[in-house]
Amino acid sequence: MTEKTVNDLSIMIGGDAGQGVESSGAGFCLALARTGLQLFALQDYRSQICGGHNFYEIRISDRPLYSHREPIHVLIALTPESVALHLDSIAPGGAVILPEKFEIDEAPLKERGISVDSLPLMKIAEEHGNRLMLNTAALAATAALTGFPLEYMEQVIRENFGKKSAELADTNVAVARAAHELAMERFGEDFPFRIEPPKKATKRMLMNGNEAIALGALAGGCRFVSAYPMTPGTSIIEFLSALPHEYGVVAKHAEDEIAAVCMALGASFTGARAMTPTSGGGFSLMVEAVGLAGMTEVPLVLVDAQRGGPSTGLPTRTEQSDLLFTIHASQGEFPRIVTAPTTIEECFEAGWRAFNLADKYQCPVIIMTDTFLASSLRTLEMDAIDFGRVVIDRGATVKSTDVDGESNGYLRFRFSDDGISPRALPGRGTATITAASDEHDETGHITEDSDNRVRMMNKRMQKLETARAEMKSPILYGPKDADLTLVCWGSTFGACREAVDEINAEGGSSANVLRIIDLWPMREEEVREALESCKRRVLVEQNYTAQLGKLIRMTTGIEMDDTLTKFDGRPFSPPEIKQRLGLEAGSGNEVGPKDLQRADQEYVVRRLR
Amino acid sequence: MDPRIYNAPTKNTWCAGCGDFAILRALKLALAEQVIAPHEVLVVSGIGCGSKLPDYMNVNGFMTIHGRPLPVATGAALANPELKVVVVNGDGDSYGIGGNHFLHTCRRNPNITHIVENNQVYGLTKGQYSPTSDKGYVTTTSPDGSMEMALNPLAVALAAGSTFVARGFAGDPKQMAQLIVAGMQHNGYALIDVLQPCVTFNRVNTYDWYRSRIYKLDEMDETYDPSSSEAAWEKAHEWEERIPTGILYNREGIPTYEDQVIQLRDNSPLKGTLSLWDDPRPEQYESLKEQFV
Ligand SMILES: Cc1ncc(C[n+]2csc(CCOP(=O)(O)OP(=O)(O)O)c2C)c(N)n1
Ligand SMILES: [Mg+2]
Repeated sequence: MTEKTVNDLSIMIGGDAGQGVESSGAGFCLALARTGLQLFALQDYRSQICGGHNFYEIRISDRPLYSHREPIHVLIALTPESVALHLDSIAPGGAVILPEKFEIDEAPLKERGISVDSLPLMKIAEEHGNRLMLNTAALAATAALTGFPLEYMEQVIRENFGKKSAELADTNVAVARAAHELAMERFGEDFPFRIEPPKKATKRMLMNGNEAIALGALAGGCRFVSAYPMTPGTSIIEFLSALPHEYGVVAKHAEDEIAAVCMALGASFTGARAMTPTSGGGFSLMVEAVGLAGMTEVPLVLVDAQRGGPSTGLPTRTEQSDLLFTIHASQGEFPRIVTAPTTIEECFEAGWRAFNLADKYQCPVIIMTDTFLASSLRTLEMDAIDFGRVVIDRGATVKSTDVDGESNGYLRFRFSDDGISPRALPGRGTATITAASDEHDETGHITEDSDNRVRMMNKRMQKLETARAEMKSPILYGPKDADLTLVCWGSTFGACREAVDEINAEGGSSANVLRIIDLWPMREEEVREALESCKRRVLVEQNYTAQLGKLIRMTTGIEMDDTLTKFDGRPFSPPEIKQRLGLEAGSGNEVGPKDLQRADQEYVVRRLR
Repeated sequence: MDPRIYNAPTKNTWCAGCGDFAILRALKLALAEQVIAPHEVLVVSGIGCGSKLPDYMNVNGFMTIHGRPLPVATGAALANPELKVVVVNGDGDSYGIGGNHFLHTCRRNPNITHIVENNQVYGLTKGQYSPTSDKGYVTTTSPDGSMEMALNPLAVALAAGSTFVARGFAGDPKQMAQLIVAGMQHNGYALIDVLQPCVTFNRVNTYDWYRSRIYKLDEMDETYDPSSSEAAWEKAHEWEERIPTGILYNREGIPTYEDQVIQLRDNSPLKGTLSLWDDPRPEQYESLKEQFV
């Protein structure tokens, strides 16, 4: 008998698009999470509805997880292609489950002590239900293999399918039971990677970054959202559209992203809190209106959920390559705020905080995420989404009645020391409000007068300096004075965090992570100080040109010692970071997953000069 | 109401004789007739000579970017349905760069009155041909004459589902004011395309050119039925010799976009936002967490 590892494994379901890999994966996640286990789940799919290989990866643990991680321990291969693609990612002692006899070369797997079992799962699905229930059978077999009690799965199956019909739920349960029984006979309790529900089932949520942003925005008072569908931004408007009507959120699917951003801008001009979520391609179309918001000082919240670029790029994959673009997007110079949450909790905060920043500084605020953060699921403590913490601060806004009777005296763009002109809303008092994309005077009317131009530019740009004081300082995770500092932004923090935890646990060298959430305007002095005290600075970014590195150099003059970039659309994992740093991979990971080997060959570790 | 209440102290920069003056006047007359206070109306424009109009008025005005006033106005109308929203922009702004928004606004039917200052030319950029320039029209960008068919905005609006379609003439501000009143009283999107001579750049479609062709639909034919889409379709295609003005099409009783938005029945995004400002009521969201458990 080999030694058993409990609650420290990854399961992958791979199959063709259209085989329901995602929905069954999500159902399995729910069953696992309800027992109190902690999860990190990643979906990986292609931009096609049917055909093409998809997979869903679920990492399971007793402790909080912040990243996916190689290797995987169980591969449920619904098609032969799954095996070929993930061959090198399977841990020794792991298992491959096939739903029928596929023609695959088992030798390389067997060599590494990986068991390959074909179970007549398709037959079971057909016998007790139909072919579409193959997923259910496969997951029930996985439960049997890993020792995860079937009852949790049954409960989720009943909930999910019961909505459609009781009969459908019954057949699925019958399929699950038959598959489970068969797999128990085959595997017994031999499999070394086990799942054991914790003694106490802590209630947790399974949430992704987009959902957290949407919840944050809602609680922050967002009552208008307009968008044009674009992966991975789409689920934000979908979530807000699906809310009960009582919340009063008007969601508009516009004819294109230009209309979407302009609708949000128009709504915000009237005083409603409005947002427009998109991805890089949509953001490209919105750019001119971002400048309009800057010029007319209309608060505007945008979300750029980045994906692989350029152009259509890798539509369903992750990348962090829009940073310098969003900071500079649109002609001319105007203040804007760019913030990039690094965790799902921070996505929630960004969701409401963005509206406060937009209102206070009367400018566009861009929340940046990426496919990985927007769509990966993680278990969250119930209080991680704390509505009580949400603050609604509308900044220097003149409440309606205040401008009554001031029709001729109210100056929408009044010059001020901090650059902020108290905002009155059209129609909420007798004052009329004029705004123009042309340069204008304090009343909002058009002028090209040179003195006025200089004062107006100074006024608007002063807001950037005023805002800077409120921007978040860089945050250090891990021991101070470490030998190595990983510098990152956005979603790569998760993998960096786990990588340094492992490095520190292994002894030898020490490491920490410096992450910057508020990227523009940046707390330049603090970033400089934090970086100056680092022994070795290694930038970790999911792009080709090391954009954060450039931004840091531009604003602080500091150069990184090394740079790890990655632009294949697949997220960094902790072992990959360690491997590329030249540090030994963690235990249980002796087999170099394919990704890591390739990383060595194809990626350049460049020095920023 | 005295239309002078809408006067702004700003200096007008239109050329002497520009048809836009009459449109500005007609809008003021129409607002005064409806007794709408300056702060109750929002006039949204794009970029172009005609789009400077809100700068010359004492109303809520938003001069946006080229081609985009319709979606900006749609957002404003959805967020605060109490505002009377009027869009004013040029033919290039409306039918060229903003063409996609025009199409979708027609079928969307928001409660917006849309006045197009159609001078069949790009005025502000000094005289290039526009989507409504007649074929063969010679300009700096069409030295051999424009090679594209002129867009027929009224027919496009009808085909795209617009519920109110009218044509005005800048030489007749009184009629135009009536059309604007009718458009604003119409529940839904109202297109008023105005033949607007550009005295500086359009030497073909002059006041005389228009005057010799236009006739008033209601005067010509007292039995003309603007609720008939067939009649409107036919009239929308009259151009070369005879050009009809007035209300070509007016179909009441079709719900606006706003009418159909369930969230707007009790509240508006603006009111929702404003009430949270005083009382954020965090507990109202607590139950949403259960869908993630
Ligand atoms: C994105 C963009 N492209 C081009 C321009 C330049 N531009 C300003 S007004 C205009 C055309 C104006 O024509 P029209 O809309 O018919 O208005 P008019 O001046 O005739 O009243 C153009 C092309 C611009 N401001 N923005
Ligand atoms: Mg024009």
